Amino acid sequence: MTKTKRKRLIYNLITFSVVIAAYLILQHMIDAKTITRSLKGQLVPICAWIVMAVSLNLVIGFSGELSLGHAGFMSVGAYTGAVVSGWLLNAFQMENTVLRLVLAIVAGGILAGIAGVVIGIPVLRLRGDYLAIVTLAFGEIIRNLVNVLYIGTSEGHLNFSFLHKNLPESAVILVDGAKGAVKIKPISTFTVGFVLILITLIIVLNLVNSRAGRAIQATRDNRIAAESMGVSVTKYKMMAFVTAAVLAGMAGALYGLNSSTVVPTQFTFNQSINVLVFVVLGGLGNVLGSVISAAFLTVLPEVLREFADYRMLVYAIVLILVMIFTNNPAIRSLVNRLISPVKALLRGRQPSALQGGDKA
Amino acid sequence: MIFLDNLINGLSLGSIYAIIALGYTMVYGIAKMLNFAHGDVIMIGAYVAFCGLQYWGLPPVLAIAVSMIACTVLGVTIEGLAYRPLRQAASLAVLITAIGMSYLLQNTALMIWGANPKSFPTTFINSVSIRLGRLNISIATLITIFANIVIMVSLTLFTAKTKMGKAMRCVSEDRGAAELMGINVNRTISVTFAIGSALAAIAGVLLCSSYPILQPTTGSMPGIKAFTAAVFGGIGSIPGAMLGGVLLGVIEIFGKAYISTELGDAIVFAVLIVVLLVKPTGLLGRPIREKV
Repeated sequence: MTKTKRKRLIYNLITFSVVIAAYLILQHMIDAKTITRSLKGQLVPICAWIVMAVSLNLVIGFSGELSLGHAGFMSVGAYTGAVVSGWLLNAFQMENTVLRLVLAIVAGGILAGIAGVVIGIPVLRLRGDYLAIVTLAFGEIIRNLVNVLYIGTSEGHLNFSFLHKNLPESAVILVDGAKGAVKIKPISTFTVGFVLILITLIIVLNLVNSRAGRAIQATRDNRIAAESMGVSVTKYKMMAFVTAAVLAGMAGALYGLNSSTVVPTQFTFNQSINVLVFVVLGGLGNVLGSVISAAFLTVLPEVLREFADYRMLVYAIVLILVMIFTNNPAIRSLVNRLISPVKALLRGRQPSALQGGDKA
Repeated sequence: MIFLDNLINGLSLGSIYAIIALGYTMVYGIAKMLNFAHGDVIMIGAYVAFCGLQYWGLPPVLAIAVSMIACTVLGVTIEGLAYRPLRQAASLAVLITAIGMSYLLQNTALMIWGANPKSFPTTFINSVSIRLGRLNISIATLITIFANIVIMVSLTLFTAKTKMGKAMRCVSEDRGAAELMGINVNRTISVTFAIGSALAAIAGVLLCSSYPILQPTTGSMPGIKAFTAAVFGGIGSIPGAMLGGVLLGVIEIFGKAYISTELGDAIVFAVLIVVLLVKPTGLLGRPIREKV
């Protein structure tokens, strides 16, 4: 086993053990009833945001494209999940909630993946900031479209109508335009969320360490060099983009089925930005970093609740300060001097992608 | 007649987008960063003008001047405190800082002025309107379009003729070479932020004169649209921002009037995507040179 392979294996093992340990501790706390109410309510959203962050990291950190519309895929997943779950319950009287949840998540992933292909074909022809603005535009278009979407179910069929509510009288309304997906039976569980995180980690870590993953990272580091070595840039960027879309759709279904309604305004541009913040603070190309920062930053506003009005203000200031302290060359060299003995011990534990590939 | 009405409304909205887009495009051209906080500078400008008109009893012109000064100071301060330390950093780090700044401004406004929407006093500008046959044009609309033209002409002259304008073009062309030629890059970038922010104040007042609901999130959607407009026209190009802004406004109003009110935004973004696919660097953008 080569040295890099061993390092990678250790990194992956650490990532998995952190997640599994966190799950076991939290599950124990739930069983022992020592968990606070607010944290318990946050568990499923945390799982969803972790999956979102890891999948976005695949696009930004590994494939090097700034995507600002990731929440769009999440909303596709959330709506699909809500509709599929409602349909299975109404048309087939499927009472088994876990099976329904799993089917809804799979359906959410598939539809978001299709959206990813449709969006990826035009988007990945562009570069840099232009690509970013088009992903943003697609995110907003998706939000606008679901805003005028009406879906109901009657006699085992799904009824769709667009722009105007035009559903049969007998239909059970599942999606009601701007009111969003309504009357959802919340069926998401922490355990399913945990399994989804594990699946995400397995997919992403395997992908980035495979031949395809190295090709993806090569297109990030130097597009022209990769192309001249025979790497099909579009194919590999597409692979990363669609995989991320599928995972985001699954996270969306999990997230959507955790509450009784899903409204289009939950998945705005700001939500995409939040996920981007998770990814950047966790470190580009650092999967464990995404997991930790997504979990931490989802819980943080709740912890800051006692500051009430000030919490978003504090959050903003912390964000700016963290970025300045970690990116200013003068401050960084000072910090490096102070921690260089520690760093020597840990050297090489993380992939070298921390600087990002967006300087071009 | 309805067509002309829509066209004029579109031009007016487009002019507002264009003025905001100028701020984005100038900062992008010179500092190579997306200043996501720009939309929120607009909001702060509108709030300051609101205070001037409502609480301090200033005449409109003076209120706008105060708001412009406040925004200029704010813009230069933001640049100096948050963006300057990151001049050498990866562009994503700067982007996140700008997003943090946007949150900071929104929440500061929330604390100072509260979450309740304020209705912007528009009587001074909307009471008069001009009749042209059956067409009814409000003074606000005319002023907006007129302001847009004046700003475009003076900015074009400024960048073409003055020493500072030349310095700006140099920095945007090649920052390193500009520095070697003795141009003070930091000062040039500060001036760019000052101009962009002063324009944002004007845009804020114009925006709230046409759509008089003022709240801490007022700036975000116009900000995103204007950013889109800047990219649409070719980011970094001043005439591009103008063209992009005006076209975007007209498309939005026509889309809402003739296709669907709810899908207005979707139509705007769809047009943007189509344009970028045909012309990947925007309408007036320079093609990206690729060096091996």
